[in-house]
Order: sequence, then structure tokens, then C-alpha cells
Amino acid sequence: MRRFIPLVALALVAGCSVGSGGETAGERKVVLVTHDSFAVDQSVLDRFRERSGITVEVRSSGDAGALTNQLVLTKANPLGDVAFGVDNTFASRALDEGVFAEHRGPESDKGQQRYAVDDSGRLSAVDVGDVCVNVDNALADPPRTFEDLADPRFKDKLVVEDPATSSPGLAFLLGTVAHFGEQGWQGYWAQLKANGVKVVSGWEEAYTQEFSGSSGKGPRPIVVSYASSPSAEVGDDGTPRTTALLDTCFRQVEYAGVLNGAKNPEDAGEVVDFLLSEDFQETVADKMYVYPSREGVALPESWAVAAPLPQNPATLPAADISANRQRWIEQWRSAVQG
Amino acid sequence: MALRRPGLRRAAGPLLFAAVPLGFLAVFFLWPVAAIVRLGVVEGGLAAVWSEAGTWGLVGFTLGQAAAATVVAVLAGLPVAFLLARVRLPGAALVRAAVLVPFVLPTVVVGLAFRSLMPDGGVLAIVLANAFFNVAVVARTVGGLWAHLDRRAEDAARALGATRLRAFTSVTLPALTPAIGSAAAVVFLFCATSFGVVLLLGGARYRTLETEIYLRTVELLDLSGAAALSLLQFLAVVAVLVAGAIARRRREGAQELRGRAEVARRPERGEWVAVALAYGVLAALAVPVVALVVRSFSGGFAGYAALNTTGYRGSLQVTGVEAAVNSLRAATDATLLAMVLGVLASVALVLLGRSGLRPGFVEGVDTALMLPLGVSAVTVGFGYLITLDALPGDLRTSPVLVPLAQALVVTPLVVRTLLPVLRSVDDRLRQAAAALGAGPWRVWREVDIPLAGRSLVASAAFGYVVALGEFGATSFLARPDAATLPVVIGRLVARPGELNNQMAYAACTLLMLVTVVVAIAVERLRVPGVGEF
Repeated sequence: MRRFIPLVALALVAGCSVGSGGETAGERKVVLVTHDSFAVDQSVLDRFRERSGITVEVRSSGDAGALTNQLVLTKANPLGDVAFGVDNTFASRALDEGVFAEHRGPESDKGQQRYAVDDSGRLSAVDVGDVCVNVDNALADPPRTFEDLADPRFKDKLVVEDPATSSPGLAFLLGTVAHFGEQGWQGYWAQLKANGVKVVSGWEEAYTQEFSGSSGKGPRPIVVSYASSPSAEVGDDGTPRTTALLDTCFRQVEYAGVLNGAKNPEDAGEVVDFLLSEDFQETVADKMYVYPSREGVALPESWAVAAPLPQNPATLPAADISANRQRWIEQWRSAVQG
Repeated sequence: MALRRPGLRRAAGPLLFAAVPLGFLAVFFLWPVAAIVRLGVVEGGLAAVWSEAGTWGLVGFTLGQAAAATVVAVLAGLPVAFLLARVRLPGAALVRAAVLVPFVLPTVVVGLAFRSLMPDGGVLAIVLANAFFNVAVVARTVGGLWAHLDRRAEDAARALGATRLRAFTSVTLPALTPAIGSAAAVVFLFCATSFGVVLLLGGARYRTLETEIYLRTVELLDLSGAAALSLLQFLAVVAVLVAGAIARRRREGAQELRGRAEVARRPERGEWVAVALAYGVLAALAVPVVALVVRSFSGGFAGYAALNTTGYRGSLQVTGVEAAVNSLRAATDATLLAMVLGVLASVALVLLGRSGLRPGFVEGVDTALMLPLGVSAVTVGFGYLITLDALPGDLRTSPVLVPLAQALVVTPLVVRTLLPVLRSVDDRLRQAAAALGAGPWRVWREVDIPLAGRSLVASAAFGYVVALGEFGATSFLARPDAATLPVVIGRLVARPGELNNQMAYAACTLLMLVTVVVAIAVERLRVPGVGEF
């Protein structure tokens, strides 16, 4: 037994090495709960702390769906004070479950109001990230519209993500529902199926492996990705290797809000205002591949050429998405896989 | 009153040992899982899920692909176990370590590698990829016991005229059965709950209980559906574990164990076939690995240079090198914790077995310890969300949770490696020591620990590697500023930009290197007593 004791002691010491280190009394700390695509420069958070005295602690896991459902499950005792990353496909669920509290700050009407879910002031739009069909510029005479994708010229050229397992996959499905209507979208998917559409489970396989315009140099020149993706595929000479088809986009909006049950709702509100402020909004394009929701924030130079913001993307009301998501996915499964 | 039966009185001490791992299991596994399943049960509608034909198709496919992958892994693992245990060849230490490499690779990159090797693979690709991860489990668990089997029994059979094959099937194989059973049970659980591989290679066509539980819990918040499927998963896992325990009960017994140096030698004639098979398996395992390494050099050394950065346009909150350090720290904590829990559990199980308690009870404890391998990581993770805030310090948001969750996965592996060896120790050796005046502790120190020492070290190395590669629970729990290498690789692959991709594959290579170095280093640790034996 004696030889176990040093082992236990060692385990305790090592355990302490990853311990939280304790909190200083009186420190103003706000815990930001988010998904794992969230990214920000530490220097931006540091500037905010100097300005406001608030330290932001980021806690992220899973995708937008996992985030929303974690928030719903923990609403009685939330994991933090502010949440960022619930998008318009999940917003209704979070609002119906009473996850968010009302917050109206000085930054809420600088353009963000264009993307509001409702007028209750519980969710503030932080960024916009459209899902669009991307094409490899090596493809001669590329498609432009949803309808073109069903053209035999593009047989066996398109790869999409499964809407049941992938967020861009779901957005593309919603785009077709918005474009063709409740009556027409299943027929359109039957055409896509006849035209050899390939379905994979996630963006990683679709974009980095099947798509010919990315580093994977796959076999298919047309893929469902984001409006911003071409900005990451610009050659050394400045010419983009891929293009987003701006008539095939579905708008995804990501929101932030103060959680019901936040320890200090006022500080939490200040963090939401920070996410809407120019200082943070300037960084979202570079760090998260999304477009700022605030008006008048400049995009990085390469984006103007390779990844302009789509002007007329398809949208659906958040409440409709919430009510029909599961049915649409099941109908999609029987149309495409049945 | 309960202590009146002599068996129970002798069991009191071991039960105290068992209380620590069982308590850990109760708090960090049973409670969270029960809580999240209860939420679903309260919602109702479970019977509707069970009466769907599709549900039973899921159960069938889940068990079928897991069984197939287990068979492949056992068949491929046995020659490698032979190589590790019985053959004295140069570079053996490197092979021992290299076998572990598949185990740490993140499922997302292995899935992508298999997709590019078998573009339309479907079920076959799923089975092969699951087996690819688990050959190491078989090779190391079986090899651990094989290295200590007394060679003279085989030699006697040969001298009596048995062919090499006959000596293997009637002497060696029965002796190895407990270890093979142990390994097969673990592999089956890993394959039945494998998530990333099925998602990536199954495309939208093939689904298992695990992927469906994930979808219903994480994307749909259909907790009643998830609970219905979780209960099925739980039942299937328990059924398999009980069947495994019954098979073991018949076979496990005392063997004459020997030090490794005595049993390893240069292969002779027919043994070269087994050696060739083993190298064939190793070569097959190397194919996806080499493909990954080749990809890491697709941009020259750009991906490796990027390891010191946070990726293309700062995709990460830590650099690749910092992530490697985070991995090592979390895995160290997890391994130490798992060793303490696993050794306590193994010793308790051995003592309980000797104490004359009903074997069913001992097996019950044994089976309970294995359960974390067979239950969905997302069920446990979401269970943590609604339970652990009741503990002091709200562990839900604490970085300590990462090694705790990893230890949950590593502990059963330690038990499975250690237990067959401890149980095989001949009781007469122990009685002889006692007759010579040794107290109970002295007997352990002089008999059991030297004999099991090598397995102890091997299980530590293996556990460390499992913790290094653990992705499911870690990705769910790790903070972005404490991301481990597998988590970082997952994030890099999920972003556009050629550099991110190159960096992801370079990080894979780094992870493999770290694995091999750590495995070699841990196995070099001298265990007191082993050398003299």
C-alpha cells in the first residue's frame, strides 16, 4: 500500500496544476458561453477589460445546436452569463424555453436591428454568415442558380452535406425550401438526386475532401459551403480560386444575449454591447469567416474581391424553421435516400 | 450480522478498496447518465421509439458492425501479440510503441484517410476503420499475458508429438483465452460506441445507436428518443459484458507465470509464419498512417512551421505546441488517477474472487467498471450539465473535468490489462511465501507485484496514450484556451484555408511522435522486482 501513497499525492498535485487558480474577490468576471467556432484575439478582450473593468471568460463546446440545447438544459442554473452563437435556425427554441433575458444597449441599433428575430430585445444579431454553393473557378461555364444545379451539364459535380448532421447542410436545405416553396422543394431534390448529387455527413468531407477547389483537390467542382469561403482560397497572385454563387445563399445569423439567471446582468449586458461594438465587429471576418452585423464596418481587402456579402439571400422566419425542422429533415431523407 | 459468513468477513477489506473506484463511477458516470435518461423518460414516448422497425435496424447494425470489427481486430491482433510477447528481434520496443499510434489518432482524420483510400467503402470501410483503431487493444492485452506464459507447457506438448498448430490450439490458446476475452469485450464496446468513424464513413446512409443518440440529444433535443435509444444501448452493452464474464469465468485460472526474458527468443521455422503475419498487419496499419504523414508535407514544412502559431488567421486560441503541452498535462493527470482507481479495483476484484463470495457478485462489480466504455460520450456529457453543478465548485465549468472524464475511459482499460495477469498468479506461490512467514503485504510485494509489474507499466503506457487521444469527452469539456491536440486538429480540419489543413496533418504527426516517445519512456520505467525475477 505504501507505494500507492506517493502516487495519490502526485495525482493531487498534478490535479492542482490544471486547477482554476482561484478568483480574486471583487473581480468583475463575465462567463461567455459559446460554440467552438468562436474566436477572438486576446488583445481585443484585454482592451475591453481596460475600458470596462470586466474580464471575459470564454467557455465553448460543440456547434450551434449543441450550444442551444446545453443552454436549454441548464436554464435553471446557467453555465455562464452571456451566450453567443445561437443562430436563426435555433433561435426560436431558445426563446420559447426562456433562456434569454431582455437587454437593450446603446449599440443595439447600429444596423444589428436589420437581423432581429423579434422585437423582444432578448437576442442581438452579432454576425451574418451566408451558406452558398461554391464553385471551383477551373470549371468552365459554371452554374449560377439553384435550377442550374439540376442541369445535366453538372451531372455528378455537386457535393452537399446531410442536413441532419451538418449546419451548412441544413441551411442549404432551408434555402431550397425558401426558394421552391413547401410544394416544390422535394421535387427539386429528386432532380438533384437524379443528377448525381453526393451527400456526405459533414462540411469537412465535403469541402476539404470532395471539393476540387480546396487543398484536398477532390473530384467535385461544386460544393455547399459559405459565402466567405473563397476568401481563404486566394492564390499568391491575389486571384481567387473559388467563387460563391450569390443567388444560392441562405442567411445564417448568429445572436448573443444575456442569460436568464446571469450572476450580474448589468455586466453581462456590457459584454453583449462589446460584441456589437466596432472594436469586436472589425475582427469577426478575419477570425470567424462571417460578416459583421453592424453597419459601416469595413471588410478585409481580400473579401471585397473574393467574398462580398450576398445581397438577396433566401431566409425563413425563425419560428417556421423551429416548427418544421424535424419534418423537413425526415422528408429530405425519404426524398434523397429513400 | 452480515459479517457472520466467513466469505463476507474476508471480503470486508477488499470491499473498502472497491469503494473508491465504485464511488468515482457512481458520481461521475451513473448519476449523470441516470439524470439525463430520467429527463427523457419523464417526457414519455419511449415505447413509440421501441416499436419503430427502424430502431431495431439500428440495434442490429450497431451490434453487427461492432462484432465484425471485433473479429477483424482479434484476428489481426493475435500475430502482433505473438510478436510483442514471444519474439526477440531488434526494434521490439519501437514496435510495441508504434502499435499504439492508431489509437491516438483523432477519428476525424482517420475517417478522412479511410475515405480517400476507400472512396465508396460503406460498411467495409466502417468495419476496417474500427478494427484499425483497436488492433492495439488486442495486441497489448493479449501480449501482456502471453509474455508471462510458461513456455515449457508448449514445449512438452511438442515433445509429445503435437504439431506447432496443435500445441498452439490446445495449450497456448486456452491459456490466452481470458486475455482474448478481455480484449474482445473492450474492442466491442469501443466499436459499438464509435461515433466519428461511422458518421464520416457511413455518410448519410449508415447510422448506429451512437450517432442517432448524438443527433437526438445534441441537434434535436429529443431527450425521450435519446433516452429510449440510450436504454437499448445500455442493455446491449450489459448483455455483451455478462456474456463475456461468463465466458471468462470458465477459463480464467492459475497459470505458471514467468518473467518476459525467459519466454522471448528468436523465432524458429514455423513461427516465422506468425512473424510474417504480424509484420503484414503492421504494414496494413501503417497505410493510413503514412497517408497522413505524406499529407502533412503537402506544403513542404509550412504545416510544421505553423505548429508554433495559432493557425491561418488565428483559427485557434492556442498554438499547436501549447496544445501538445495541454495534452500531456491532462493525460498525465488522467493516467495517474486511472492507475490509482484501476489498481485499487483490480486488487479488490482479485481479493473478492479469493474471498469465497459468490462469483456473480464479483462479476457484477467487474461489469460495472466497464460500463463507461459502452455508453455514449454525449449522454455522459449532457448528464454532467444537469448534475455536476450540485457538487461544490460547479465542476461543469472546471478544467479538472477533462482528466476526470478521461480517467473514466482509461480505468477500465487498466483493469482489463491488469486483471488477467493478477488472476493468473498461481496461488501456491503465494501460499509458499506465506508459509515462509511473509505477511499479506509482503506476499503482494514479493509475488503479485513482480509478476504483474510489467502489465502494470504496460497498462500505464496504454492508458496514457488513450488519454492523449481521447476526443469525445475532451472536445465537449475542454476550454478553448486549454484545447488538447486532438481537439485542435478537429478545429483546424473544420476551417477553410490550405495552411489550416497542412497544420492539422502536421499536428497529427506531432501527436503520433509524442505517443511513441511517451510509450517508450513509460515502458522504460523500472519496476522494482521485475528485473530480479
